[in-house]
Amino acid sequence: MKPEGKKRIWAEYQKEIPDDHFFYVRSCIRQTFFAGSEQYFLKILRDDLGKDVYEDPRHTTCTGIGYHGDVVPFETIQAVVARHFALATEAGYKHIAISCVTSFGIYSEILETWKHFPETLERTRENLYKATGRTFDVPETISHTSDIIYKFRDQIARKAKYHLIDISTGEPLKVVEHIGCHYSKMFPKYGVGGAEFPHVLVGMVEAWGGDIIDYPERRHCCGFGFRQYLVQANRGYSLFATRKKFESMQPYRPDMIIANCPGCTMFMDRWQYTIREIDGITYGADGQGIPVLTYEEVAGLVLGYNPWELGLQYHNVQSLPLLRKMGIKADPSERFLAKDGSRLPEPENLING
Amino acid sequence: MKTMSAHIVVAGGGVAGMEAAGTLAGMGYRVTMIEKDDAPGGHLLQWHALFPDRRPADEVISHFRKHTEHPNLRIITGTTVEKVRNHGSGVLVSLSGGAEEQADAVIVATGFELFDAHRKEEYGYGIYDNVITSADLEAMFNRGLVAKADGSVPSRIGLVHCVGSRDEKVNNNHCSKVCCVTAVKQAIEIRKMLPSCEVFCFYMDMRMYGPYYEELYRESQEYHNVNFIRGKVSEASVNINNRLVIKVEDTLAGRPLKMELDIIVLMVGMEMAGAGMRLAEASGMKRGINRFLESTDHHYGNNLSGLRGVFYAGTCTAPMNITDTISHARAAVTETVKYLNSR
Amino acid sequence: MRVTQSNKFGFTINRSRLIDYDSSDRKVREYVTLREPSFRLCFACGGCTATCTAGQHTSFNLRRMNTFIRRGEIEPLREEVKRCMLCGKCLLVCPRGVNTRNVVAAAAEAIVKLERNEL
Ligand SMILES: Cc1cc2nc3c(=O)[nH]c(=O)nc-3n(C[C@H](O)[C@H](O)[C@H](O)COP(=O)(O)OP(=O)(O)OC[C@H]3O[C@@H](n4cnc5c(N)ncnc54)[C@H](O)[C@@H]3O)c2cc1C
Ligand code: SF4
Ligand code: SF4
Ligand code: SF4
Repeated sequence: MKPEGKKRIWAEYQKEIPDDHFFYVRSCIRQTFFAGSEQYFLKILRDDLGKDVYEDPRHTTCTGIGYHGDVVPFETIQAVVARHFALATEAGYKHIAISCVTSFGIYSEILETWKHFPETLERTRENLYKATGRTFDVPETISHTSDIIYKFRDQIARKAKYHLIDISTGEPLKVVEHIGCHYSKMFPKYGVGGAEFPHVLVGMVEAWGGDIIDYPERRHCCGFGFRQYLVQANRGYSLFATRKKFESMQPYRPDMIIANCPGCTMFMDRWQYTIREIDGITYGADGQGIPVLTYEEVAGLVLGYNPWELGLQYHNVQSLPLLRKMGIKADPSERFLAKDGSRLPEPENLING
Repeated sequence: MKTMSAHIVVAGGGVAGMEAAGTLAGMGYRVTMIEKDDAPGGHLLQWHALFPDRRPADEVISHFRKHTEHPNLRIITGTTVEKVRNHGSGVLVSLSGGAEEQADAVIVATGFELFDAHRKEEYGYGIYDNVITSADLEAMFNRGLVAKADGSVPSRIGLVHCVGSRDEKVNNNHCSKVCCVTAVKQAIEIRKMLPSCEVFCFYMDMRMYGPYYEELYRESQEYHNVNFIRGKVSEASVNINNRLVIKVEDTLAGRPLKMELDIIVLMVGMEMAGAGMRLAEASGMKRGINRFLESTDHHYGNNLSGLRGVFYAGTCTAPMNITDTISHARAAVTETVKYLNSR
Repeated sequence: MRVTQSNKFGFTINRSRLIDYDSSDRKVREYVTLREPSFRLCFACGGCTATCTAGQHTSFNLRRMNTFIRRGEIEPLREEVKRCMLCGKCLLVCPRGVNTRNVVAAAAEAIVKLERNEL
């Protein structure tokens, strides 16, 4: 493999990521599945990097899952997104920071549609005004929140307390990255590094000391894919897709997976449990599972935040082997303590104990 | 006698330029052939053995060397033709470096350029060690060694047709015509050099349009055991053994297919050459939607540029094999002489 | 065991439709090519399938069967080879001169040999 070849492609897909003043739009599923990720995105940006990030409690779901599940029409989702733009306009923000790849895909698709079919923008303005009385400016930039962490990856590296390095050997950790289809497959130019050799997560991992695994099914779907999951009877397709990835990455003995998209993180984590129940197989080294982390969780670990504050215990595949390798001391018995110190019920069947 | 002393400038010294220049010189005209590279020959210089009969390209090259050795023919190399425009009763030719040539007529034979395989990102050219182009493979044949980047002997090679042709994604809807037969020729060469190496051609259509091409295709199956899978390769990657893995639909089986390969050869297509494009822009020559030079009539005016005294020859107008390039250049000579005689 | 597990979730893991050329078995192809070298010449025009009597009322498709043999997809072959009546009509059509009838016969033999571990 020739790294300069990838660098050439990365140079071709550089997008404008603003330096400050973000209007933050949350994901509807992340806060439940990876409880600390969004909290720590805000904390890292505000406290560690000193940036201004604005949130409006009136912001709602983008309805993307409904859109991809064929229950929300395109006109409706345009109006929902336009309403978010109206909130940003009212607050005086021009740069949207989107915390979900599904949403990011929706926003990209809508902006492109408005660009190529200006009449759809006019119709959306009309619909939004009729429904809510609001008006809006089209934002100057949209960034996925991973784009922003990517932009500041070197600053984070300079503050690093831990690195993506196995302290017992000094070797870089072997990391699988997964960007999520809707991050750049629809519009490669909106993604850092494009669609075939995306750089957004690679850049973070390399800046923080890890090595990226380029395995044959790297570009394959994580298994979310909306339709193959939303209907229970179809979930075998979803499992099949996820297993295909695991089988392909297994020979490389990855230490962890870093994922971009709420759906991807969720499926690559939870399906490890399901596949183990059905087939009795796990895909990590030594019969373990492969921890699947969000980029904020990885950034948080690197910056030295407490893994249980970051919410790593709420993944099905536990991160203890990874923490040990990185030299992070975390007491597993404190995983399920509530804020008041009381003990929460411990989930059964966690992978990696 | 007056016309015989006419001066003709030929822009480009590939097959088309050499055929036209040599022929006109032989007829008694004063000819200047201007080639931007260090030596005439064009793409032919890169090829090893030619389809359809696999004769050595050197034979054809030496034919053209002889054909262009003539006291009436002046060859200028390392010089680019930048612009042509009507001037007085003739054509003024501007060259790189600021020089000018006054000509009575000009033949534009600026040829083609190979599609830049980097642009099909999904195949990983320039990233994966063993993804090469058909031109790279010709260079390997010339060195007499087909090997992986680490020097080891390949046991399975895949040739991917239509790379950069028939593909809206790279703004080329045209067929490059010569790459199907090039693939078949190269597949046979590989099988002869490395009898234990399996060879696969991944094609969308087998376009064996020239004489003896279809026969070559048949021969490749009958005597050389070349395999053909109908389907467009969608992506390439590498596995842990640094072996390439491709995804393709076997459209005749109606199922997706995955295969490991040691080397992938991308059959890069033909595009309008950059230097020809700039010449066309500067001179007001029309180009078609495929970006090649567009003649005034596809059927009976396909050497005519629409500019007085300026004619087209060879692959600057469309993908062609050597035989068709020569015929087209000869036709350009006829048109040029007809024009000079009518002045 | 699979059944109880799939009951637990209401679904199970779907099977792959992929032709994995590196794990498929091309012994049948080698046998057929040896017995009938003209097999190499098939270029999948479908002339044989168009004329085949068996193919008019069953799913039998000689063109596709040739492809499966080449790719080493043995499973679909087992049933396919039984459907041919060896009438020879396809022989008349094939523009590449493939001895189609003999291809089917050789494939049927190969399947039997495969089951007896003789390939
Ligand atoms: C991979 C491959 C393999 C092939 N193998 C065969 C084969 O086996 N048999 C066969 O029949 N055909 C083959 N061909 C086709 C063959 O290469 C062409 O038919 C032939 O090269 C066309 O000649 P040309 O003169 O039109 O163009 P070119 O060969 O491209 O020559 C054009 C020349 O013009 C020069 N030039 C361009 N612009 C300017 C300018 N502004 N000023 C001065 N000079 C300029 C260039 O430097 C070049 O030397 C193959 C093609 C490919 C892509
Ligand atoms: S000649 Fe063949 S490989 Fe080349 S563009 Fe045409 S169909 Fe594709
Ligand atoms: S010989 Fe078999 S395959 Fe050929 S036409 Fe007859 S039934 Fe069909
Ligand atoms: S008629 Fe001959 S070439 Fe055509 S599909 Fe049948 S066997 Fe193959």
